[in-house]
Amino acid sequence: MNHSIFQMVCFVVFAVVAVGAALAVVSVKNTVHAVLALVLTFFSAACLWMLAEAEFLALALVVVYVGAVMVLFLFVVMMLDIDLEPMREGFIKYLPIGIGAAVIMLVEMLGIVGVKTLQIPAGANPAGASNIEWLGMALFTRFLLPFEIAALILTVGLVAAVVLALRVRTFSKHQNPAAQSAVRAAGRVRMVKMAATPPAASSKQESQA
Amino acid sequence: MIAIPLSWYIVFATVLFCIAIAGIFINRKNVIVLLMCIELMLLAVNTNFVAFSRYLHDPAGQVFVFFILTVAAAESAIGLAIVVLMFRNRRTINVDEIDTLRY
Repeated sequence: MNHSIFQMVCFVVFAVVAVGAALAVVSVKNTVHAVLALVLTFFSAACLWMLAEAEFLALALVVVYVGAVMVLFLFVVMMLDIDLEPMREGFIKYLPIGIGAAVIMLVEMLGIVGVKTLQIPAGANPAGASNIEWLGMALFTRFLLPFEIAALILTVGLVAAVVLALRVRTFSKHQNPAAQSAVRAAGRVRMVKMAATPPAASSKQESQA
Repeated sequence: MIAIPLSWYIVFATVLFCIAIAGIFINRKNVIVLLMCIELMLLAVNTNFVAFSRYLHDPAGQVFVFFILTVAAAESAIGLAIVVLMFRNRRTINVDEIDTLRY
């Protein structure tokens, strides 16, 4: 009994932190602070997933999102020199609409889902001792083809991001390794056949000088 | 053994999703904040998947979250590359000023 109360207290604490940080993400003025609040949201959500005994995904969320995607966001936000003032105009104007739409959606969704009726008992952990083994058994048998396609999508994403952000600087001096390694002797040295006599006229001019 | 009811997870995910919706409404000029709101929505959906997967004893939900994480990582990388490109060409990321295709 004590154990379950502890779980509920943990859930409430992490959920409140996550929701508060999410509110900060959408309302804070400085974009850097918004990114940091989003990091806090992801971390709290990872703790909630850990409470749901999804250990692998919780750690993957921390590693992939907090470690990679959010750092990418931070890089971009800090790299771009953005004037934030024109971005903020209309904040007050659209605030009532945004809050109204969000509240209506919240009421509708909770009404449709029917929170009272959703009382499924959790039961014993189906993963047993190892969540990652449970997940891996499904991933590498039933979902092997989607897994390979996911790898393909990541590769395409990588190439697309590089191609989009790559800037070819035409004005700067640079080496072309392909041209360098493709060089042959015939392209560098031109053999000219000449008669083996000294140019008499030019040597006379030099002696006069 | 989990003592937390399933409905708590669903309420949490719904609240997070609606905050992201409100964020899209009120921050509709800043592309980066819009991208972050999309990430918040994905997080809410993923939380639902994880909770249902655990309570219904089906690993497919968690495998699906795995794929969503993959696609979302690729999406945000490409999205941020587009933002960088846009800023380099137009010196702005204000959504209102990006209207060339309209004319």
